[in-house]
Amino acid sequence: MKQFKNLVRPYIIWSFVLIVVPLFLIVLYSVTTGGNSLVNIQFTGENFKKIFEPVYMNVFIRSFKLGLITTVLCLVIGYLLAYFISRFSEKAQNILILAVTIPMWINMLLRTYAWISLLSDNGIINSLLTLLGLDPVSMMYTDFSVIVGLTCDLLPFMVIPIHTSLAKMDHSLIEAAYDLGANPFKTFWRVVFKLSIPGVVNGTIMVFLLSISSFVIPKLLGGGQYVLIGNLIEEQFISVGDWNFGSAISLLLAVAILIMIRIMKKIDPDENGGA
Amino acid sequence: MSNKIIELKGLTKNFDDQQVLKGIDLNIYENEFLTLLGPSGCGKTTILRIIAGFEEPSNGELLFNGIDISKVPPYKREINTVFQKYALFPFLNVHDNVAFGLNLKKVDKSVIDQKVSRMLKLVGLEGFEKRDVTLLSGGQQQRVAIARALINEPKVLLLDEPLGALDAKLRKEMQFELKKIQKEVGITFIFVTHDQEEALSMSDTVVVMNNGIIQQIGSPVDIYNEPENRFVADFIGDSNIIEGNMIRDCLVCFDGIEFECVDKGFKENEEVEVVLRPEDIDIVEPDKSKLKGTVASIVFKGVHYEIIVRTARRDYKIHTTDYHEVGKDVGLSFTDEDIHVMYKMEN
Ligand SMILES: Nc1ncnc2c1ncn2[C@@H]1O[C@H](COP(=O)(O)OP(=O)(O)OP(=O)(O)O)[C@@H](O)[C@H]1O
Ligand SMILES: [Mg+2]
Repeated sequence: MKQFKNLVRPYIIWSFVLIVVPLFLIVLYSVTTGGNSLVNIQFTGENFKKIFEPVYMNVFIRSFKLGLITTVLCLVIGYLLAYFISRFSEKAQNILILAVTIPMWINMLLRTYAWISLLSDNGIINSLLTLLGLDPVSMMYTDFSVIVGLTCDLLPFMVIPIHTSLAKMDHSLIEAAYDLGANPFKTFWRVVFKLSIPGVVNGTIMVFLLSISSFVIPKLLGGGQYVLIGNLIEEQFISVGDWNFGSAISLLLAVAILIMIRIMKKIDPDENGGA
Repeated sequence: MSNKIIELKGLTKNFDDQQVLKGIDLNIYENEFLTLLGPSGCGKTTILRIIAGFEEPSNGELLFNGIDISKVPPYKREINTVFQKYALFPFLNVHDNVAFGLNLKKVDKSVIDQKVSRMLKLVGLEGFEKRDVTLLSGGQQQRVAIARALINEPKVLLLDEPLGALDAKLRKEMQFELKKIQKEVGITFIFVTHDQEEALSMSDTVVVMNNGIIQQIGSPVDIYNEPENRFVADFIGDSNIIEGNMIRDCLVCFDGIEFECVDKGFKENEEVEVVLRPEDIDIVEPDKSKLKGTVASIVFKGVHYEIIVRTARRDYKIHTTDYHEVGKDVGLSFTDEDIHVMYKMEN
């Protein structure tokens, strides 16, 4: 075993360089001034104070709201989809799960452009509406288009963990519930759903995390005026060049997400030792 | 016995193109402890699942108190099951597992608590209410599963090899307790096992099955002493099975020797099979017996010796507490009642 321990060393060094050092730098930037010149740094709390200015607070609130809506939509649609898939034979389930993940193989930009061609004012949906003699609807650059894009993009992250917990469920527990007098509806709520909570928790965390920090989809489907936390951070680093403020936002977002995860994990019975 | 509670009439079950049950006719009575016994894959679980409502029969009738229930879903049947792997709900504690059925019926909480503690007492788990079921031992989980089923006061309790996962000693204990519980609650138990000793020691009625066909239904004593065919004789206990023919009522010939027996009703000279239980054969001096041989081997089995005696036609297995040296010339002796004549099986 000793020699294996030595083999691991380079990886530890690399992960230190690639993960711990950048993280440390972000923490450092967030409490200093002077950008990335480390020569004349000065400690300050200004960066965090700035976040609480209404302009930026609104971005936070809007992002959380959007993340929440996307997560709830993904949860409802994803659960139904996962449940539907889990009713098939094992072979069919593998194929269906593969089908769910296919969009993930396609470049995200392409997928997003596909949405644009569907939703835009003279896009496919509106052409169809006109064909049916209905008035066209403006859908691009609204909450609607961003939510639709995010929901579809993140759906697989909800379906897969839920499907996994449904698929590994002991079928005899369902039979036991029937046997004890629970009709299919009660069996679902009292047994099936309870057993799928770990998957629900994992999927929810994942989707929420990804939706709240996304910036490509909001930018393309929401238009330039649609600013979310992800866009704000991107802006600070790339166009504004205020790395210190960008780092502070990132850090606050990370802490907020960490707190959310702690809360979600509390719901998961497996994480509390089943008590 | 008392009233019929369940009747199976010409029940068949096909999975894909395989016929798993090939026409089961069986009456099950109130208060009866009935055991389905047979080798792996003979269809025991399938019968139980049909009675519970998890499978529909392909053909035939399933009557409960005279009414066909083969289309009634499991949650509407007055039948509960103790599953082979217990199937306790891992996210509920002992109390909530046992209370599951009553909670569904919206029974008053104080009534539930009272009934749960009474049930736990019945199965010997007093004070276990708050325990986590996943941390219980196999035997304790078993008891929770029994309590969870019995609290619904079913008319019939189905048990699919409930003792299969327990070690030998615990198994014996639970056999005794199950029997006790059944007497106490006074309902029908349908028990599945492939352990013949378990079946014989617990049941009022044993149903021996093979390949989706019932081979014999009877009391444990009948099944053991009067096996109807070679399969039953072979499956239940050790036996010497010898081909012979029935000369006339009460006279059978095997190994070229005629023996008086008590069996009647066969055709004259009908080919039959004869069962001699190893413990029914005595070893005597050679001149005191019609059947002679030499001791070929002797093995100590704990309570008795298992001796193989080689005769002119075949080897006989004998269980006795006496020691006989290998190579010794002996005679084999048995009474008329020890000879069990059976119909010959077709194949
Ligand atoms: N759902 C099913 N689909 C296809 N075949 C099945 C199904 N359930 C059972 N069988 C088949 O039916 C036959 C009888 O099965 P069953 O489970 O009733 O046997 P058993 O007597 O309970 O055996 P064991 O002692 O091993 O539990 C077996 O050959 C089995 O493979
Ligand atoms: Mg079985």
